[in-house]
Amino acid sequence: MKRIVLLVLLIVLACKEQVKTEIVPLTQIVDKEEKKAIDAYDISLEIYDYDGLEPLINKVDEKIHVVNFWATWCAPCVKELPYFEEINANYNDRVEVLLVSLDFPRNYDSKLKPFMKKHNLKSKVIAFDDIDQNRWIPAINKNWTGALPATIIYNKNKRQFYEQSFTKEELEIELKSFFK
Amino acid sequence: MKTIRTLAVTVLAITLSAFTFKTVDKGYSIGDIATDFSLENIDGKMVSLADFKDAKGFIVTFTCNTCPYAVAYEDRIEALNKKYAKKGYPVIAIMPNNTEVKPGDNLAAMKARAKAKGFTFPYLMDKGQEIYPQYGATKTPHIYILEKTKKGNVVKYIGAIDDNYKDPEAVKERYVEDAVDALLAGKEIKTTETRAIGCSIKV
Repeated sequence: MKRIVLLVLLIVLACKEQVKTEIVPLTQIVDKEEKKAIDAYDISLEIYDYDGLEPLINKVDEKIHVVNFWATWCAPCVKELPYFEEINANYNDRVEVLLVSLDFPRNYDSKLKPFMKKHNLKSKVIAFDDIDQNRWIPAINKNWTGALPATIIYNKNKRQFYEQSFTKEELEIELKSFFK
Repeated sequence: MKTIRTLAVTVLAITLSAFTFKTVDKGYSIGDIATDFSLENIDGKMVSLADFKDAKGFIVTFTCNTCPYAVAYEDRIEALNKKYAKKGYPVIAIMPNNTEVKPGDNLAAMKARAKAKGFTFPYLMDKGQEIYPQYGATKTPHIYILEKTKKGNVVKYIGAIDDNYKDPEAVKERYVEDAVDALLAGKEIKTTETRAIGCSIKV
């Protein structure tokens, strides 16, 4: 057990070291993409690397946060997306839904934005693009093997991670375990 | 005092056994002996690891036609086989998805894809979906490097092919190549487990 922990720690540290030199200037990407977006579909899309994403999935406030990792190419993700939209609509006062798209950057304009428009997504959608998966997957959750979809539900006291798809009922049950 | 100690030991034992059980439940860890199988190849023949008499080990690759991550790695999987089959580490690809959920991964589609891409490795159907859960594969692509030993095929590496799904030219860490090279040289593998995004295996 100890050895595994050590190993994970080593890997994480080793990766961290590497990342310093690898970080892409994000503002540049955002600017470029946003310009394209307005030209193309009038939908703006924020793009984050892991350093940008981290504070967005670790908020400390009075709300319950539901973070769903998905992609337009992921069929089970698309299937469960309406349930997240429903939660966002029904519990707007105390739940914040964040849809984190792992679509490939080359498909932001051709697939992701048209999808957002077509389905009129009301929850906040952001794009997440960070090549160093071996760093951020275990950072998001140590048990995440990397399969999509994946979901985090958290508030300031509690945090749950799910590497699975949800039925509408299952998602409601999990969410309600955070209601008190 | 004694009761507390007994209780503590019991709790510890239960916790530990829970962990052990969980690991087993989740498939292989490094050092485990991997199961052999007999699965249908795209040419209709049944393939087992035991058929590869001269192999020193295997690059078992759970992959499919329909996942964009798997597709992004197709050429690299073929390149691995070209490079390492002759050195004793052939690629054995296994398609784990339920083809009723993903018709694009059925045997005919697998055949067509293999032909179009010129795959030189076996591309097997995990019919009945019994093999991938034993390995603990959760997604495509998902790699298990096995080393053939007297005890059986020992799991030596689990994870991704490399550190850049997007751009083969920009890869910095070639996890699978490094691991096989280390095995061939009789050295210790530097990185034995890595994570990468993939498509969940469709059940």
